[in-house]
Amino acid sequence: MTLLGLSISELGRRLRSREVSARELALEALDRIARLDPAVGAFLRTTEELAMAQAEAADRWLAADPQGAPPLCGIPVAHKDVLCTSGVETTAGSRILEGFVPPYDATVVARMAAAGAVVVGKLNCDEFAMGSSNENSAYQATVNPWDHTRVPGGSSGGSAAAVAARLACATLGSDTGGSIRLPASFCGVVGVKPSYGRVSRYGLIAFASSLDQVGPLTKTVEDSQLVLSAIAGADPHDSTATTEPVGDLAAALHQGVQGLRLGVPREYLAAGVGAGVREVLDQACQRLEREGAELVEVSLPSTEYALAAYYVIAPAEVSSNLARMDGVRFGRGEPAATSLVEAYESARHRGFGPEVRRRIALGTYVLSSGYYDAYYLRAQKVRTLVAQDFARVFQQVDALVSPTAPTAAFLLGERVADPLAMYATDALTLPANLAGLAGISVPAGFAEGLPVGVQVLGPYLGEAVCLRVAAAVEALSDLWHQAPPGTDG
Amino acid sequence: MDLAQVEHLSRLARLGLSPEELQTLLGQLTAIVAAVDKLQEADVSSVDPTAQVGGLYDVMRADEVAPSLEAEQALANAPRKEAGLLRVPAIQ
Repeated sequence: MTLLGLSISELGRRLRSREVSARELALEALDRIARLDPAVGAFLRTTEELAMAQAEAADRWLAADPQGAPPLCGIPVAHKDVLCTSGVETTAGSRILEGFVPPYDATVVARMAAAGAVVVGKLNCDEFAMGSSNENSAYQATVNPWDHTRVPGGSSGGSAAAVAARLACATLGSDTGGSIRLPASFCGVVGVKPSYGRVSRYGLIAFASSLDQVGPLTKTVEDSQLVLSAIAGADPHDSTATTEPVGDLAAALHQGVQGLRLGVPREYLAAGVGAGVREVLDQACQRLEREGAELVEVSLPSTEYALAAYYVIAPAEVSSNLARMDGVRFGRGEPAATSLVEAYESARHRGFGPEVRRRIALGTYVLSSGYYDAYYLRAQKVRTLVAQDFARVFQQVDALVSPTAPTAAFLLGERVADPLAMYATDALTLPANLAGLAGISVPAGFAEGLPVGVQVLGPYLGEAVCLRVAAAVEALSDLWHQAPPGTDG
Repeated sequence: MDLAQVEHLSRLARLGLSPEELQTLLGQLTAIVAAVDKLQEADVSSVDPTAQVGGLYDVMRADEVAPSLEAEQALANAPRKEAGLLRVPAIQ
């Protein structure tokens, strides 16, 4: 088995006892990427020089202070290409940012580096993180490591596929409507969407600023906790990052679920949830009950409006955020343009793919005079209703348990021509973004040979209870060391 | 929604879409707007719009001078520049 199939804590033990070096781990990751990634397509670029420099620094740190070096020291990681990396091209999966080399690191990138993590590359994603399948990337399609005819999910599809195929031990993704949890479910890995403001967004190329959060994708719940603890917390560069203390998230992992009240939202089991997915959820719930949790059915009645509210609010923020993509400060230049408007139109027409254009147009529409009240303002009121539903339910239960997605991974090409079918993929994940809640997808079983995740939602800043329940689901299903076929060598 | 409206959106958002692209977008936007019209059924008479999910309000910091990017770094990705400034075609 590859070393990259081990948990971060086990690798940490071996790094500290000098059984393996950070340099060896980085070389193994880069070698696996060279051998396996041509078929998976998770990486847009690798960062050999950076990885070797960071690995050598990590080895020095581990030698000088083995017990003081942080848990991520020497661990190979990779970042979704919406996160700015100083001196390393960052495209957000878009042609309009081709060649863009950020002059600074995102806060999460800097914090991972400060914790000694070793960056092996940048990961493919849907253009500007808009999509549920990774098929909206302007550069390449990433496939699902479990079945190369299927999508990895999106938009952090490269981040999920890289962990599933053991090409990196942990990756960072971003989640605006499910973009960490959905690919985590499809690829059989753990994915955490922190509460809004738990993690800094500084240096995250914005999709929808009121919904975006950065979070980890890993093989195990403990690995995710280690990454989350490294990146979470206040940041002077992001005024929306909360100053509430992060607390000891590790303590949650071994508490078990005895005495917890867990709600299963009736509306999340409605039409559209496949039989195989339902079966995986039911089994997970039965196991949690046997471990001493109390499972109760709850209702979130405004769920039926959440998808519509999301597809007004997110595009509205897109139309505003992406106005800066104008070909002036970055881009290829438009030497043939004879006026400024022509230069903008040429840069944006050549630079944006169909989904991004669609969302900019939709966002422009719902914000325009005469439609603002009926769409944008009303959607923000519905958002309040969705948040109130959750607040009411969290007075009765400690956390919610549901499917992460209505189905397992779908076929490449299946939903490309039908935007509404693609949007519906996120129906069970996006309400948590609207309300700013904490959420995790954890592998819980298989449906027709494909991984299926269970979603655990907690209250605002309820990362600890999510980790606690997810750790129990993981322990009871005992799946995490299963690698996709052909990736364990 | 009609073609003139989609054309207007394309112009407002500087998307530079071709007639065929406008036609395709018209069909897709019509379907999406019909779907998000679900919002009209919700009873929102008793709630305020969400402003900030974490309840943050007027986050202030000390007004202190701190290091920032040099002009050269900030302009490093610009395709056209001159004398420390961005260069663009004239507004017409």
